[in-house]
Amino acid sequence: MSSKKCAIIGVGYTPQGKLPDWSVRELFLEASKNAIDDAGLKTHDIDGILVELCWTDPSTQCWTLQQDLGIKVTGLCANYDSMGASGGCKVQLAQMAIQAGLCNNVLIAFVEKSATAPAVPYRMGPGPGMAHGLFGAMPGIALAAQRHKILYGTKSEQLAEVAMTFRKHACLNPIATMRKPMTLEDHQNSRMIADPLRLFDCCLVSDGGRAVVVTSAQRARSAPKRPVYIMGFGQGHVNIDLLMRHDLISTGAEKSGKTAFQMAGIEPKDVDVLGLYDATSHNVITQLEELGFCKRGEGGAFVEGGRLSLEGEFPTNTSGGMLSEVYLQGWTGIPEVVSQLRGECGERQVKDAEIGLVTNQGGFISYHSTLILRR
Amino acid sequence: MAEQQIPKPEPPITETTRPFWEGTKRNELMLRKCVECGHHRNPLVIDANICPNCGSRKPSDWVKASGRGTVHTFTVVHRIFHPAFEAEAPYVIVIGELEEGPRLLGNMRGIAPDKVKGGMPIEVIYEELNDKITLPQFRPAKALA
Repeated sequence: MSSKKCAIIGVGYTPQGKLPDWSVRELFLEASKNAIDDAGLKTHDIDGILVELCWTDPSTQCWTLQQDLGIKVTGLCANYDSMGASGGCKVQLAQMAIQAGLCNNVLIAFVEKSATAPAVPYRMGPGPGMAHGLFGAMPGIALAAQRHKILYGTKSEQLAEVAMTFRKHACLNPIATMRKPMTLEDHQNSRMIADPLRLFDCCLVSDGGRAVVVTSAQRARSAPKRPVYIMGFGQGHVNIDLLMRHDLISTGAEKSGKTAFQMAGIEPKDVDVLGLYDATSHNVITQLEELGFCKRGEGGAFVEGGRLSLEGEFPTNTSGGMLSEVYLQGWTGIPEVVSQLRGECGERQVKDAEIGLVTNQGGFISYHSTLILRR
Repeated sequence: MAEQQIPKPEPPITETTRPFWEGTKRNELMLRKCVECGHHRNPLVIDANICPNCGSRKPSDWVKASGRGTVHTFTVVHRIFHPAFEAEAPYVIVIGELEEGPRLLGNMRGIAPDKVKGGMPIEVIYEELNDKITLPQFRPAKALA
């Protein structure tokens, strides 16, 4: 139905890791300028802005960024929040806005500042769960991971397989935070956070920003770099509260994936490279099931034998992902898959990568976005 | 026990959850039951006069639950996210599935963390947090004699 309507033509990075000397506002501007440069555009070419507020410092809004970039007028300027799913959702919204004729070139920007920002309460609290020691995302995701273990016997060694594979990829990525190889022993010796999740099953805590530029397929042809077309997309959202979830391991990823695959007219087997939202290694296993890469309950076995590695059938999170590259709340996937489809990944390049899939998740595995991209 | 222990975060008492917290003080687990469709809900999750099953805004009844259920899932938390939990860690958080249908969050008492299993029968017990709040918690259900 909607193939090759729009494309991602620019990707912008900032320094990443621990950035005590950078403000959130500076990071937004840096990521944005770099994405606009990469797209071969000037700032005044941007006429759409979508921002996801930085949760530790929400002072930079879409209008702040428009001002800081010196853009006089836009046809779309909005803050958008479906938490960690926002990145993918905003790319979808950009395409819809461009197709509707609101704007031509949409800048999408994101900043995470959780490594050096002053501690702020997790935005989903304070709820009644805190009296029982339920703080932050990890114990919540652990409750879902345990449910998977209860139903299917998923093993810690299978979670380790995900973490070790992404670490291997990070070792080939010069900007990755974690570049020391991880053995099974390292994983099993890493301290338990919330059973069954060990430290090495959990994402990093980082600062950094990313931005992309989306434009129409027609304009994309004159971009300096190879355009990466949006072939299909979908979303799926379930109840935010864990206690209201019909089933903790049946999430919106299934609906999100089905919609995207149908729109793109392809099947999971056609995908050459994946960027899956990896808040924890558990998220990767269930998404593979829900997106149809394997049957429900078989995700643990599916990731064994290096299937997600560069040499495997489905190279996944080739930058190292949020487990080993950097935690940018889902913003590792889109830039890395775009780079793979452009053929810019050097040592970690997936040979002849043509079709990529990126997911984002937000909340307690509550919000989902799937993007299918093609060079 | 330290003289000055850091208190655990207190759950907020709102107009629509007050009868729940009055119930736990009496060692009773109170749920809301929709007067139109009969659906039971955990009043802490839907803190409003709204039935998530049929959308009814007629004030639901308050009904006493049996307090029995099973472990839907759980996690053993080792990391100290809050200093009040330092002495307790590793502690077990359970999502219990109550006989009436709704799910309830609680900590598991009366069993070693590594003995907790999915699906095991549990019952609600009551633990005084302070003068204002009594928390519902879980323990393994006693075998029916």
